[in-house]
Amino acid sequence: MGERGSLPLVAMRWMIVSEWRTYPSRIAIAVLAIALGVALGFAVHLINGSALSEFDHAIQTVSGDADLQVHATSAAGFSEALYPQMAHVSGIAKVSPVVELHAQAQGHAALTILGLDVLSAAVVTPRLLGRRSDGQHDPSDFFSDSAIFLSAAAMQASGRRVGQSIDITSMGHSASFRIIGDLPGIPAGQAIGVMDIAAAQWRFGQLGKLQRLDFRLAPDADRAQLSSALASRLPLGAEIVTRHNEETRSDSLSRAYRVNLDMLALMALLTGGFLVYSAQSLSVARRRPQFALIRVLGLERRSLVAQIFLEALVVGAVGALGGLLLGLGLAAAALHLLGSDLGGGYFSGGVPHLSFAPGAAIAFGALGVAASLVGGLLPARDAARSQPALALKNLGDAIDPRVHPRIRLALLLVVLGAAGSLAPAVNGLPIFGYASMALLLAGGIAMMPWLARTLLWIFLRRPISNVSLSLAIQRLWGAPSQAALALSGIVASTSLMIAMAVMVVSFRGSVEAWLYQVLPADLYLALDDSGVGGGFDAVTQNNMRHVEGVAWMGFMKETPLRLAPDKPDVWLIARTVDGPAGGLPLLSPGLAVPPNDIPVWVSEPAAGIYGIHPGDHLVLPIAGVTPRVFVAGIWRDYGRQQGSIVIDSDTYTRLTGDARRSIASVALKKGALADAVIARLRAVLPAGVADHLSVSRSQEIRSKGIAAFDRSFAITYLLEAIPILVGLIGVAATVSAQTLARIKEFGMLRHIGVLRLQIVAMLIAEGALLGAIGGIAGIGLGLAMSQILIRVVNPQSFHWTMDTRIPWLLFIIVIVALIVAAGGTALFAGRRALSTAAVTAVREDW
Amino acid sequence: MLTVTSLRKAVPGGRVLFQDLNLTVRNGQFVAITGESGVGKSTLLNLLAGLDRADAGSVVIDGTALELLQDDELTRLRRDRIGFVFQAFHVLPHLDLAHNVALPLVLQKVDAHEALARATGMLEAIGLGGRGADYPRQLSGGELQRIAIARALIHRPGLILADEPTGNLDPETAAKVMALFVDQVREAGASVVLVTHSPASAAVADRVLHLTRDGLVEHG
Repeated sequence: MGERGSLPLVAMRWMIVSEWRTYPSRIAIAVLAIALGVALGFAVHLINGSALSEFDHAIQTVSGDADLQVHATSAAGFSEALYPQMAHVSGIAKVSPVVELHAQAQGHAALTILGLDVLSAAVVTPRLLGRRSDGQHDPSDFFSDSAIFLSAAAMQASGRRVGQSIDITSMGHSASFRIIGDLPGIPAGQAIGVMDIAAAQWRFGQLGKLQRLDFRLAPDADRAQLSSALASRLPLGAEIVTRHNEETRSDSLSRAYRVNLDMLALMALLTGGFLVYSAQSLSVARRRPQFALIRVLGLERRSLVAQIFLEALVVGAVGALGGLLLGLGLAAAALHLLGSDLGGGYFSGGVPHLSFAPGAAIAFGALGVAASLVGGLLPARDAARSQPALALKNLGDAIDPRVHPRIRLALLLVVLGAAGSLAPAVNGLPIFGYASMALLLAGGIAMMPWLARTLLWIFLRRPISNVSLSLAIQRLWGAPSQAALALSGIVASTSLMIAMAVMVVSFRGSVEAWLYQVLPADLYLALDDSGVGGGFDAVTQNNMRHVEGVAWMGFMKETPLRLAPDKPDVWLIARTVDGPAGGLPLLSPGLAVPPNDIPVWVSEPAAGIYGIHPGDHLVLPIAGVTPRVFVAGIWRDYGRQQGSIVIDSDTYTRLTGDARRSIASVALKKGALADAVIARLRAVLPAGVADHLSVSRSQEIRSKGIAAFDRSFAITYLLEAIPILVGLIGVAATVSAQTLARIKEFGMLRHIGVLRLQIVAMLIAEGALLGAIGGIAGIGLGLAMSQILIRVVNPQSFHWTMDTRIPWLLFIIVIVALIVAAGGTALFAGRRALSTAAVTAVREDW
Repeated sequence: MLTVTSLRKAVPGGRVLFQDLNLTVRNGQFVAITGESGVGKSTLLNLLAGLDRADAGSVVIDGTALELLQDDELTRLRRDRIGFVFQAFHVLPHLDLAHNVALPLVLQKVDAHEALARATGMLEAIGLGGRGADYPRQLSGGELQRIAIARALIHRPGLILADEPTGNLDPETAAKVMALFVDQVREAGASVVLVTHSPASAAVADRVLHLTRDGLVEHG
């Protein structure tokens, strides 16, 4: 007797290798399914990692190497009186005051201007200092109010070189500078200009103001203690910022988007898992008598399971390895073609460098192998449980139409999925939402045999005279589990595609409707420079209002406002909130404002991120003033994911003294010609301002908005298309395999007088019915999953809601495509199967 | 030696196939079992191979009682001591002839090269020398059954269980295959239990037994 517990590896190798050599395409499809899933997941992860690393790098660059920083909570900055107060705090070795401004150079090149005290910065942030390279050697030039150092990216973007002059606009002020050197400590891709702090304050209207203090700590200083000591001395409008805060802030800005892409990629991997399951089940079903034979000849039950598992392991390992390589290539191509945010609009700046992530590679590779092993688990158990003597005669596992498909497990999974959708977000992420989708998917697929039989029962209620159709329906009805097997991959991919499509169509429709609501005016005028102090002044606004042809005019300004150090800035929008084009798309009727309260309207994302409700009171840290405001309503805003708060324009002016506005909305008088009004508006602008004016018609902005939406979802279309493609290949392979496995049955039918054409018609009918059932199931499941995306995943990830819209045309296209694909495959496979002579087919050994 | 004592088997519906069935097959003895269709000949063979469990009674092969063995132990017993020949040839279509014949040896963990060399020798012995690289679909029914016989004998089992081995063959081919089968098992010194409908096949046996509901009845 053989050694106990050992596996006859040679026999196993023979069985596996011969199977793969005989049916390479089936194995190739399973490998491809896993490879694509792993590739998508890994590529998205690499792209996200590269983008975040680039973003963090950019933050570090602008921050220099400071140990600690104080930042202004809004672009208006804080009083420079804070600087001497901070310099004397125990534990601080040196403080470097900084003016940090967003600016535009000629050629509309965006750059960050840093005004530094050179002597302090040399100690605290030496990396930010410039290198004189214009051939002049007068050290006093460093302190000149017209000298600037530019980074390579800034010079490239503006088309200027060292020694040339450059015009820069920021905070409503324009000034000309001479480029006296470069910034060797700034890496490629970062557009930065450095000048003397006094020059920056004077030339850009920032006298007495700073945006930042950089600290070098004493060697023995306790950073945490010092942070809290400094925080207690800070006025409103300034806050302590650590690198960790900055990284968390940049991470939270795009985290939900990245997690959603990761989840989509994992769904693709899940689809791959179902295809492997389907491929393995079919393979096991087809080889059941062969497995029975080697069981009779002496292969132990667990060795058989091990063989099937080994097959799945090899498929998973090869697929995972191929997927990792493919993912690396995909990531490189996507970074090159779509940018680091895959069109999402979260990151800007230089082209990120793709770096290999070994940890992620191991994780995604392991997921691929796990998907394959799970896919092989059930078929392996089934094969090992069957009785060899019966299986040898094809009796033990013969189709028994009397057996009713079970639905209890499917219902349990669906109920668990529904319950999961009610759970809250975990750490700001819709983990339970995705778990709920996965459970619904599993439940839906487990329900397939029952659904197939239930749908086919409609046809069985009355006799069908057509032989082919009757045979097709009888077979599918009698063997619903086989139908379900053929469909599991396609139902998984179709339902995911439908869920995403319904969500995207609903989102797109809601954005389109929103764009009409928020852009009711005829024309929109914007100045390039939107910083505090920039824009149309009060006199200009008045002049513009009285231009001939203008019926109504509203003004607006957006400034970043930091409500929490570890969260992205919200946009404070000062705008005209009354008048014909001043309304906001409120989600519920606005509240009556208590007397003496200042009303603000908070956007849906801001309300979600900060837990704000209508009727709440907030304290806004605006430019050194800290008004207590009343939340009069929540409004829908798809334009600013990090959140926004609207305040009445006049109130903002009263609170800040800043009456300038950078955007004007114009309602034209009836019959007024837009071009003539634009020309007249330009004419009333002060000299130089008109050069920075851009004019858009509302239709243009809406089109651009929708184009931006489509661009940001381009990658999701790709992520949807790939599982669908794999699913269709899967259904083709499955139908083909099932057809070829029935050669003996076809031979028998032909022996008893069924025409070849009738058999082909029967197969087409079976395929078409399978396609229709798969389409109906996929769409039903997809609709249910779309509601989780719309009502759970989106609100928990992005804090915005949308109205469901149904893409009926897409549904019809999907069903027709599936019917054609499945029917066509059955026709192709059937013709191949029927090419075998009837007599030979009946005499087939297996 | 095979000893069957007081064996009873009923099918799931409750119908008793046989009861109090007794049988002894000595080493090297060739026993043929005949009987009507549905009487339970194949079921008896499955019980002798440990592929099915009896309701009562005992099957002992070379001193080992099958009813006391677990599934894996039964599997190892089949692998080492029993050879099978079926009516349907059950030759694996993906393996060439040499690999098909060598399969029981590699299941016993015999070195693959040695197994294939022995299989090549076995193919010579059954008249299919030089065709080890051919695939089953290139063979006729008679040739396929010869492959099945070679596979049943290659690991030199003490007991061969054969279920209608010529049932799928024409009389002429059946006679040739049966002659080959007898030659091979005699040469190997194996005991044989042959289940058949065919009087011609049964005629080559040392003993012919007729299976009825009450057990085995000696014939002639």
